[in-house]
Amino acid sequence: MAHAAKMQVTDEVAIQITAMNKWYGQFHVLRDIDMTVNRGERIVVCGPSGSGKSTLIRCINRLEEHQVGQIIVDGTELSSDLKNIDKVRSEVGMVFQHFNLFPHLTILENLTLAPIWVRKTPKREAEETAMYFLEKVKIPEQALKYPGQLSGGQQQRVAIARSLCMKPRIMLFDEPTSALDPEMIKEVLDTMISLAEDGMTMICVTHEMGFAQAVANRVVFMDQGQIVEQNEPKEFFANPKSDRTKLFLSQILGH
Amino acid sequence: MSNSHFVRTQMLPAQKPPVGETGVIKWMRENLFSSWFNAILTFIGMWAVYSLVSSSAPWFLNGVWTASSVDECRAIIAASAGEGASGACWAMINERWHQFMFGFFDREEYWRPLLAFALLFVALSPVLYFNLRRPTMIMVGGAGAVLVLLLWAVGTDGWHLSLAAAVMAALAALAWFAPKHLLWVTLAFPATAFFLLWGGSVWAPIGVMAGFGIAVLVWRALNGFIGVAPAALIAALVAFIWWGLVQSFVTEAMSQALPYFSLPAEDSDRFGGFLLSFVIGVSAISASLPIGILLALGRRSDMFLIKTLSVGFIEFVRGVPLITMLFTASLLLQYFLPPQTNFDLILRVIILVSLFASAYIAEVIRGGLAALPRGQQEAADSLGLDYWQAQRLIIMPQALKVAIPGIVSSFIGLFKDTTLVALVGLADPLQGITKVVKADIAWKAAYWEPFIFVGAIFFIFCFSMSRYSMYLEQKLKTDHH
Repeated sequence: MAHAAKMQVTDEVAIQITAMNKWYGQFHVLRDIDMTVNRGERIVVCGPSGSGKSTLIRCINRLEEHQVGQIIVDGTELSSDLKNIDKVRSEVGMVFQHFNLFPHLTILENLTLAPIWVRKTPKREAEETAMYFLEKVKIPEQALKYPGQLSGGQQQRVAIARSLCMKPRIMLFDEPTSALDPEMIKEVLDTMISLAEDGMTMICVTHEMGFAQAVANRVVFMDQGQIVEQNEPKEFFANPKSDRTKLFLSQILGH
Repeated sequence: MSNSHFVRTQMLPAQKPPVGETGVIKWMRENLFSSWFNAILTFIGMWAVYSLVSSSAPWFLNGVWTASSVDECRAIIAASAGEGASGACWAMINERWHQFMFGFFDREEYWRPLLAFALLFVALSPVLYFNLRRPTMIMVGGAGAVLVLLLWAVGTDGWHLSLAAAVMAALAALAWFAPKHLLWVTLAFPATAFFLLWGGSVWAPIGVMAGFGIAVLVWRALNGFIGVAPAALIAALVAFIWWGLVQSFVTEAMSQALPYFSLPAEDSDRFGGFLLSFVIGVSAISASLPIGILLALGRRSDMFLIKTLSVGFIEFVRGVPLITMLFTASLLLQYFLPPQTNFDLILRVIILVSLFASAYIAEVIRGGLAALPRGQQEAADSLGLDYWQAQRLIIMPQALKVAIPGIVSSFIGLFKDTTLVALVGLADPLQGITKVVKADIAWKAAYWEPFIFVGAIFFIFCFSMSRYSMYLEQKLKTDHH
């Protein structure tokens, strides 16, 4: 690929997760997660539903709280310290399955809200940045509409642009295409691919195996709250080692 | 012909609906006579409306507007419509309307409540119309024009009339050139209205407002260092110290030094009629909304103490009749306050009615909060907004929008409930003033007239609130345009 040169993985550690455990009440949802993400990595997390993959990435910006172990994001450890949490959250962008745009604000206001209130960016500058990223996700003409007037694919691209306006160093994607009609999946994936080409550190929970093969430098397979297998995509798909992975791949690629 | 094969070569254009599916006949057939049962119901309904109108219309049509007593009214009706005809004696209203409106204020002082009432609309305009220049301007200008007319109608002296006109003209100019700055009028309104209504030295309300100003300054200074909630707590503490210990000395000193600005003081027992209803209703409505928001947020808080206190307060207040709260205001509070404090009865009633309403508002807003998907809070969190920013910018605008019908219903209910203050000896328009008017032997026999008059005025204001809420719902709709 022509763009491969830009998609460089560096030695710098972006996220360090050590012996992390999480429970929902009595239910042990994440068990002994160890994971290191270097800057510039594009990681795809997959696994059957209920395997804890969404919970894992939601722990990285503390939408979920872990009980045991350590998560260090960009040198900041996540604890109950609110200042650290806000700091990590403003460095880590997140895109949700159901977009979660703010329906009472225009697209432009959705994009400028956090830069203005969190980063204290002047309004005009925030609007220029917002228009820049709207160009990038190819919908600048929708800036003054409300989210409810856009298609699902457009909304998800706006959601990506909204995260980018905070100039994050890491992007988390929580099943970004699962709620979309098939004909809209491609436009969102294209946006994510161009983001990867720009060298963004990304962790993406998805079932889009084509995306994994094209963009990821590592695929992580989870089951029952544990990391079962991880490998670079070529090896992962051609030569899965564990039986669980084989079963999962046969089910997801079988039809 | 094979029917498993089909290829459309031309897409069909959209067509008009068939003729005859529109018009009056169709409407009547569908809505009034769609079946024999429906037709019978239509005729019964028409008969009911006819008998209601035919029996009450003469009473309204024979109404007499000028007379000096009910007996005189009856004589006039008998003379014009024949012996035994019924008719309304509006003369009673014509003669005593000022008591229904202003309670027991002196005629020379009517300009004060009227000006305060006009300023209420000025203060509301930036809040209701989001600084849109045209509607703001229309509201302020309209309030000014109506004010001048009313002042002229109640016979205000030229000096106060021109003063009020000048104030309103200045505000209209402000509305035109800088509608945003009208918010300062809104902020100053409580003190302004208090000064206009209760009179006394201007320094007392300024002193009270200064407490809020000091609290804001303290909060701003500390906010950056210790976080929103602790800063708010300290600011509130400083404000209470100001009100409790410092303010009376400063106010005293200022009125000694600059004794020029004062109005004749009005006692609370001179308040009555719609003046009283409005003072209590408007104060309680504007106080209960912010308190209700805080209670609703408190009820959803993760912090055990705050949650328990909020739930306890809401459930306690909702479990107690409003009348109990009013009796508490009039009797019990006296026992708890230090003996020398002369805490105004109307103020006490306002406080307890506000607390009462805020519990209901809190539950209505909680309904709005529950309607929001969890993802909204998560999206706000993931962008790094802190708790208060998320509530103010993301959660509340949406939750309040959902809760508008419920909130306005509560406000309407609250406004009508202000008539209950009759039970603690205040002269509400419905019972209190009617009693006072009917104590006059000339109007003793009147029965329906005061109720219809007071009911009509309540209806006008409640209906306006309801219409405004529909306008707001329409305006805030963002899913399609």
